[in-house]
Amino acid sequence: MSESTSVGIVAPKIAHFSEPLALKSGEILPQYDLVYETYGTLNAERSNAVMICHALSGHHHVAGKYSEDDKYPGWWDNLIGPGRPLDTNKFFVIGLNNLGGCHGSSGPATLNPATGKPWGAAFPVVTVEDWVNSQARLADYLGITQLAAVIGGSLGGMQALQWTLAYPERVRHALVIASAPNLTAQNMAFNEVARQAIITDPEFYGGDYYAQGVVPRRGLRIARMLGHITYLSDDAMGAKFGRKLRDGKIKYGFDVEFEMESYLRYQGDKFAGEFDANTYLRMTRALDYFDPALPFGGDLSAALAGVKAKFLVVSFTSDWRFSPARSREIVKALLDNELSVSYAEVTAAHGHDAFLMPDPHYHAILRTYLGTVLSAADDAARSVADTGVAS
Amino acid sequence: MTSPLNSAEFRQDFAIIAGWMTFGGKVLDLGCGDGSLLQFLRQSLEVRGYGVEKDDANCLAAMGNGVNVIQMDLEAGLSGFEARSFDVVILSQTLQAMRNTEGIVQEMLRVGREAIVTFPNFGYWRHRMQLIAGQMPVSEELPYQWYDTPNVHLCTIKDFDEFCVNHHIQVLERRVITNGEAVHRLPNLLGSLAMYRIRRD
Repeated sequence: MSESTSVGIVAPKIAHFSEPLALKSGEILPQYDLVYETYGTLNAERSNAVMICHALSGHHHVAGKYSEDDKYPGWWDNLIGPGRPLDTNKFFVIGLNNLGGCHGSSGPATLNPATGKPWGAAFPVVTVEDWVNSQARLADYLGITQLAAVIGGSLGGMQALQWTLAYPERVRHALVIASAPNLTAQNMAFNEVARQAIITDPEFYGGDYYAQGVVPRRGLRIARMLGHITYLSDDAMGAKFGRKLRDGKIKYGFDVEFEMESYLRYQGDKFAGEFDANTYLRMTRALDYFDPALPFGGDLSAALAGVKAKFLVVSFTSDWRFSPARSREIVKALLDNELSVSYAEVTAAHGHDAFLMPDPHYHAILRTYLGTVLSAADDAARSVADTGVAS
Repeated sequence: MTSPLNSAEFRQDFAIIAGWMTFGGKVLDLGCGDGSLLQFLRQSLEVRGYGVEKDDANCLAAMGNGVNVIQMDLEAGLSGFEARSFDVVILSQTLQAMRNTEGIVQEMLRVGREAIVTFPNFGYWRHRMQLIAGQMPVSEELPYQWYDTPNVHLCTIKDFDEFCVNHHIQVLERRVITNGEAVHRLPNLLGSLAMYRIRRD
């Protein structure tokens, strides 16, 4: 295996779009910004672009660092770089922050050009479909007609799937990781509890808390604590914390006593200090609403009839929030349509979080699959797609 | 699972399977190992197909060979596949390692219009000799000791013939080979590998 390194020092860029975007809700976003980063070099044929779609709390800073002293790299740095599974010697990688986000793209905390004030509650509820439409415009902006691949985990996987539905000619491979064709009632229920924590926070002010100079920190913190429980498996929490006491003894009170509590509070506080509550509400709604099979009476196979991309679907055995069974539903619908698909069910203890971890077998799968992208056979498929000849 | 056969026999095995395929057909290879059979069928007959494999390393190898591979345990059945959605479903030298032997054969005949089953013939004379000598057979075809073998349902050609009759399975063709050569006389005694092309009666 060749030596693998980070992409190094990176910097975000902003793309402004002045053409209005019609949203699924019926609302229209008159203009918007998308913040993005790129790694690697777009080849002369513009055929090596890979888009990374982020999950609930993700953003455009996928790999690399902003400075030598930067404490943490991008959120999927272990995947991307020269010699890494998504090899930037070969691919041109695009990460972006979705609409409604809170890391630089237009969202509730950014200024509404019409009022000169933060959008707040007025920022539209955006969907996976809207995101993919805006991502396609970003691809246009970058001069890319067809992506070699779209990759996403969790909510990001839904976007990868949506790409193949909305733009079948514009994506050759979709890597759908730890995802689902829609959320189950139980999964949506977690989102509802998280939203209720935020909305009932006295400092939420109906979503217009920016003007008050406060943030619904308490609600956001509880939402994140709940999320963290569902992203880990029982075994992973057991292995990490068990029943360990922070100070070695029970104190008969309600402050932090168990290590697990300390971890959840830390994660909650950290998140509440850097994430926007209005964004959290919108991200969870995008998760809830995604259901491509709905217009087809729940028949996912029928929904995927127009798909052309080749798929890699990956799930993790201990992921109960996006269980392997849900990934197998996607696989079955792809098989029913005789589409090219490989499916890996990775044995992992870390629950939903496993998709971000550098498990050697998981990364070997991604490396191997991505090794087939841009191969001779893949090139042939591209030329067919380019000339518009049906395969 | 990986084949215990040497490469010369392996190719014979493949060649016979290829002879039972139609050009451009749709095939499901259960227990596809590193995907070399599917790769061979794709190159020779432009067969479209998927492999099913449980083992991590094999899945990875199959993917590396450019084969579509679905990671799952065959013991759970083929509920992810629609009835009659494949021209041919192949179970190559995996039958003997299945616990739910009857179940998988029935599932193959549900999902495929035809099925191909190959297995090491336990009735092969060399195996019988070892048993007469008082020990469990160990051979190129059955390279395991009794205590570490994955093979839990070994059978003879005669056993499988009877199985087909009792389960209303029609045997369309049967080929028996030893060291890559066709065996026509006394197949249950002289044949080391049995290959069946079957469908529902």
